[in-house]
Amino acid sequence: MADHTTTAGHGAPHGSHGDEGDSRRDFLLLSTIAVGVTGAGLAAWPFIDTMNPSKDVLALASTEVDLSPIGEGQSITVMWRGKPVFIRKRTPGEIAEAQKSMGGDKDPQADDKRTKKPEWLVVIGICTHLGCIPLGQRTGDPKGDYNGWFCPCHGSAYDTSGRIRVGPAPRNLDVPPYQFTGDTTILIG
Amino acid sequence: MATEYKNPVLRWIDYRLPIISMLEHSAVSYPTPKNLNYWWNFGSLAGIVLVIMIATGVFLAMQYTPHTMMAFDSVERIMRDVNYGWLIRYLHVNGASMFFIIVYIHMFRGMYYGSYKEPRELLWIIGVLIFLTMMATAFVGYTLPWGQMSFWGATVITNLFSVVPFVGDWIVQWLWGGFSVDNPTLNRFFALHYLLPFIIFALVFLHLWALHTHKSNNPSGVEIKGDKDTIPFHPYYTIKDSFGLGVFLLIYLGFTFFAPNFFGEPDNYIPADPLVTPAHIVPEWYFLPFYAMLRAVPDNFIDVFGILPIIISAKAAGVVVMFGSIILLIFLPWLDTSKVRSANFRPVFKWFFWLFLLNCLMLGYVGGQPAEGAMLTIGRLCTFWYFFHLLVVVPFLGKYERTLPLPESISAAVMAKESK
Repeated sequence: MADHTTTAGHGAPHGSHGDEGDSRRDFLLLSTIAVGVTGAGLAAWPFIDTMNPSKDVLALASTEVDLSPIGEGQSITVMWRGKPVFIRKRTPGEIAEAQKSMGGDKDPQADDKRTKKPEWLVVIGICTHLGCIPLGQRTGDPKGDYNGWFCPCHGSAYDTSGRIRVGPAPRNLDVPPYQFTGDTTILIG
Repeated sequence: MATEYKNPVLRWIDYRLPIISMLEHSAVSYPTPKNLNYWWNFGSLAGIVLVIMIATGVFLAMQYTPHTMMAFDSVERIMRDVNYGWLIRYLHVNGASMFFIIVYIHMFRGMYYGSYKEPRELLWIIGVLIFLTMMATAFVGYTLPWGQMSFWGATVITNLFSVVPFVGDWIVQWLWGGFSVDNPTLNRFFALHYLLPFIIFALVFLHLWALHTHKSNNPSGVEIKGDKDTIPFHPYYTIKDSFGLGVFLLIYLGFTFFAPNFFGEPDNYIPADPLVTPAHIVPEWYFLPFYAMLRAVPDNFIDVFGILPIIISAKAAGVVVMFGSIILLIFLPWLDTSKVRSANFRPVFKWFFWLFLLNCLMLGYVGGQPAEGAMLTIGRLCTFWYFFHLLVVVPFLGKYERTLPLPESISAAVMAKESK
């Protein structure tokens, strides 16, 4: 620190003796403040970071699902990061229906952009309107006009690709990140 | 009080709530004796450590579970899984030890320079109350990790209250919320551990209020007589305190990073077991002098003082001696009748001060050893001397000691030192 001050003092080429003293003092003050603020910022980070998801929370952040028991036309719901994920093994008819169009006008998207294998649809089962869980997983449930899911809260209807067709929801049902770890197992997250 | 500020925002606020001029009067332009040495750093250091303890404590509380089944594991989760949890916990653990080191130095500073004397008696008494609250906070806090030492420390210390005549057993049951230290105890200790630091904070506010009413004492012990005796707190003592803080942080972080369990007991990394008491049970180091006094009272003490056995048992006498040693400090301003504050001008008291300090360190050492043989005898002698010093030596010296001539003023004392 002392070395820096001397350099700064002698380094100031202009001004009277008094000015030189002032610039040295300013340099000391500003560098002290700079070091102090940097130190406080560095010290604050560990405190802030304790509130981020911890290792044990992250360890449970992915879910592996065995798809083999699911029959054609059946759906299951699994929990992933505290949210429901809908997995449906679609029938050839449903696949054809989904691939026929880009979905509704609101959020058009091709079906193959939403699936990794055509028979398996994996979507987060939360209505993109206000967060209700749409109906359509169980056999007796209303599935809406497009044979997908129907949200009872405000009447949004999704098609067999989970795309929004009618109702207030702004977006298609989100597709979570997942990959096939085997022919009939997927790892979500 | 209110100052006219050029900045319109400051002026607007200060006219309605003079908090800015209050801060300026108490931390910027505040007149401070110009001869304060580094022993005067420890007050502000203690304040900073209190803030660090509250900050780390709040973040630990976000991760901790006060339940007997989960407390130990939740602490281990903080150490292993929570981001930087190990850092925050080790800062908190070592911060407690640092807090006590600083406060002990602060108290002995006050004793050496007679800072407790008129008109600063209340300042001193509030300080003793802060110390007592700190001890309570540290004690309940040590229970939270729910290790072996946590459990048995809580058991032993709460059992002390059973010596209260007639209602002792009822008090202990009330403290426990049951028939032994268990989940209700842990729950209330956690609540208290969160509450007490804020009570300390309020007491610190009163402590500072009393301090700023009559200003700081100083190494000469002579009151401020004029502007020549003082310098503004900023920048002179802000920079001195900052430097001291830097040195302190090196030591504190040195322990935190390189010897984080130096002050701890390994047994506290064993989960609490109500069926097994650790072989050698000791409190945290900062309680050792008082623990030594607790154990020093002999069983046949009662025979010596004929009348006492009717009302008091040996166990009770130990408890009275231990709490008495702290309560006695409250009366120090009246036990010390010497008009001269600073030990620099009290040639005899000075030696007794160092002897008293040594005696307290010795008590701390004895408190950490098994209570048997020579250690027990030394502990008894040291306990005797602790009380003899405060009750006999200090009042006696106040009356008969021949003190050195005092400097005319703080300024004169500084000039005399300069010319040497």
